[in-house]
Amino acid sequence: MMIDQTKIFELWRCMLRIRMVEEAIAEHYPEQEMRCPVHLSIGQEAAAVGVCAALQRKDWVFSGHRSHAHYLAKGGDLKCMVAEIYGKSTGCCGGKGGSMHLTDQAAGFIGATPIVGSTVPIAVGAALTSQLREEGRVVVIFLGDGAMEAGVVHESLNFAVLKKLPVLFACENNLYSVYSPLKVRQPPQRSLSQLATGHGIQTMLADGNDVCAVFEASSKACKFLKEGDGPVFLEMPTYRWREHCGPNYDNDIGYRTEEEFESWQLNDPLERLTSYVESKKINSLTKKIRQEIQEAFAFAKSSPFPDGQAASEDVYA
Amino acid sequence: MKRQISFAEALCEAQAYCLEANPNVYVMGLGVPDPKGIFGSTLGLQERFGEKRVFDIPLSENAITGVALGSAITGMRPILTHQRVDFALVSIEQIVNQAAKWHYMFGGKMQAPIVIRMIVGRGWGQGPQHSQSLHAWFAHIPGLRVIMPTTARDAKGMLIAAVEDNNPVICLEHRWLYGLKDEVPEEDYRVSLEQSRVMQPGTDITLIGVSYMALECLRAAELLKEYRVSAEVIDLRVIRPIDKNTLLNSVQKTGRVLIVDHGHVMAGISAEISAVLTESLFQSLKSPPIRLGLPDYPTPTSPAMSDHYYPESHQIGNRALELCGRKPEMLPVIQNRRLDQPDSSFEGPF
Repeated sequence: MMIDQTKIFELWRCMLRIRMVEEAIAEHYPEQEMRCPVHLSIGQEAAAVGVCAALQRKDWVFSGHRSHAHYLAKGGDLKCMVAEIYGKSTGCCGGKGGSMHLTDQAAGFIGATPIVGSTVPIAVGAALTSQLREEGRVVVIFLGDGAMEAGVVHESLNFAVLKKLPVLFACENNLYSVYSPLKVRQPPQRSLSQLATGHGIQTMLADGNDVCAVFEASSKACKFLKEGDGPVFLEMPTYRWREHCGPNYDNDIGYRTEEEFESWQLNDPLERLTSYVESKKINSLTKKIRQEIQEAFAFAKSSPFPDGQAASEDVYA
Repeated sequence: MKRQISFAEALCEAQAYCLEANPNVYVMGLGVPDPKGIFGSTLGLQERFGEKRVFDIPLSENAITGVALGSAITGMRPILTHQRVDFALVSIEQIVNQAAKWHYMFGGKMQAPIVIRMIVGRGWGQGPQHSQSLHAWFAHIPGLRVIMPTTARDAKGMLIAAVEDNNPVICLEHRWLYGLKDEVPEEDYRVSLEQSRVMQPGTDITLIGVSYMALECLRAAELLKEYRVSAEVIDLRVIRPIDKNTLLNSVQKTGRVLIVDHGHVMAGISAEISAVLTESLFQSLKSPPIRLGLPDYPTPTSPAMSDHYYPESHQIGNRALELCGRKPEMLPVIQNRRLDQPDSSFEGPF
C-alpha cells in the first residue's frame, strides 16, 4: 500500500500535536492545578495515530488509563480534554472523570476508564450493537501488554471470535506494567499475538513506532472487519518515555535502564517521519499547534469549577 | 376468576413483551435457550424472537456483563440472566466499577439501561455457593437499582419497568417464588422500581419482609391474628433506593417493627432499614427495631444443618409477640414436609 505525501504529513501532524499536548501537560503539571493522575502517551503516538487514521468518524474507539493520544487521534476535542484534567465544568465529563475518563461522543471516542482490561468487553459489546443493528461501524479497543494477563480480555477475545464481531484489539506492548517488566509477568517464549492466536483470532504485528506500518496494518484490519470476517488482534511494540503516571522521566529509579530508554528514543516515531516533511512546514505547524494548545490551557484555566451540587447529579439517568 | 400464572411465567411474559415492544431489547445468559429455560422464565423466547436476540453465552460472566454494558451505552437494552447470584460474583468488577458508574463518571453523557437477573437459591442442599442473598452488596453501590419482586404480578410489572428504565437494574429473584401463582394481567403494565408495598394493613406491629421472607411475614401475620395482634406486612421489593416513605408511614403508625431479611443480619439491608427508621422515629418507637435474617455463617448443605438456617413464620410470630410485650408462645406446628423445600412440588435438583 502506497501512502501519499499528504497522508504522511497528516499522520505526522497528528503525532506532533499529541506530543506537544502531552509535553504541555508535563510542563504545567508542577503548578499543581491539574489535580488528578496523568498517564502520558509520549513515545507511543504512532500506535494511536496509525490506528485511528484507518477509521471513519462514525467508528467507535475505547481505551484505558493512558488514553490522551487515542482520544486526540480519534478527533476528541482538545479544550474539553484539558479542561477535564483541570477538573472544570467545561471538561468532557464536567469534572467527574479527569484524565483517566475521557469521552467525546461526537468524535466516536466513546470512553476510556483506568481498570486494566475492563473496557475491553465494553468495546466488544459496542461491536455487538454495530453487528445487531447492521450499522457497519468498526470498533477499536486500545489495550496494553498488561491487559493480556487479565482473564476478562480472554473472555472478550473468545466472545468476539465466537460472534465474528467487528472489533480491532489494538495492543500496545510497551514492555512495562507500571514498574513490572514483561519478563516477570509472561513467559519469554510466547508473544502477545501468539497468546491471542489461541482464540482463533486473526492476528497482525506492526512496528508500534512506525506510524505508516500501523496505518497500513489497521487499514487492512478494518477491511477485514467490514467484510464481516470477524475480529482482528494487532500487536504493536512501543515504549513509554516518561514515568508510568506523572510528568517526569524515571529511568534513574532502577526498574529500567537509561540505555534501554535511549535505544527507544533513537526510534522516535516522530523523528522517523520528520525527514519526509519540509522544514518550512515544520516551523509553521509547530507554531500553529502551540497556539492551539495555549488556547486550550487558557480555556481550561479560566473555566469555572463545577459547583458542589453537581457532584450528586447524574447518578441515575 | 382472573387469570393466574406463576412467577416464572410472569417473568417470561415480561421479557416477551419487551422483546416485542422494542427491537433494541435482547436476552442472554447461560442456559437461556436450553430445554429448562432458566426454570421456565425464558422458555420459548428464542423460538419466538430468534437466535440473534435471545442467546446462550460462554461461561464468561465478567466479559458478558461488559458486553451488556458496551451494547447498552450504544443503544441496546440487554437482559442478562444468571442462574444463581453466586455466579454473578465473577462479574462484580463490571457491575460495580463500570455499569454502575458509566452514566456518572462521564458526566451524564451516556446511559446504561441493563437488567441483570440473578436467582437466589435455597434448600435442597444448595449449600455455601448456590444460595447467597447478596442484595445488600448491590444496594451499597450508587448508580445501581436493586429490586426483589415477591409476587408474580410484581415480577412482570417490575421487570418491564426495569427494562424500560435507563439505569442498570439488579433483579434478584428467589428460586422458591418461581412456582407460586398469582393474578397477573395479560396486558403490559409497570410496577414502580421505587416503592415498597403494604401487603396487608395492621395496627400493632410492622413486619417488613425481603423477597421470600415477605411470605413468611404474611404467614406470621396470620398466626398473630389468633393472639389478637394486628400486624402490618410490607413487601420491601425495592432494595435500592429504600422507600423511606412507605416504611416510615407504617412504623409511625404501629411503633414497632420487625425486619425479616433473606440475607445475613451482619451489615445487611435490615441494618440500613433499622437505621433509617430509628433516625426518624426514635421518639415514637415503642420498642427497638429488631432484625431477623441469616446467621453469621455460610449456608450449610445437609438438611440436618440447613433446616433452621432461615427465619420462618413461627419464629417471626414469637419475636412479634415479644415486641408487643407478650410471652412468645407460638409453637411450630409439626410439619409433614421438610424445611428444605417450599412445598412438596419442589423436588430439586436446583
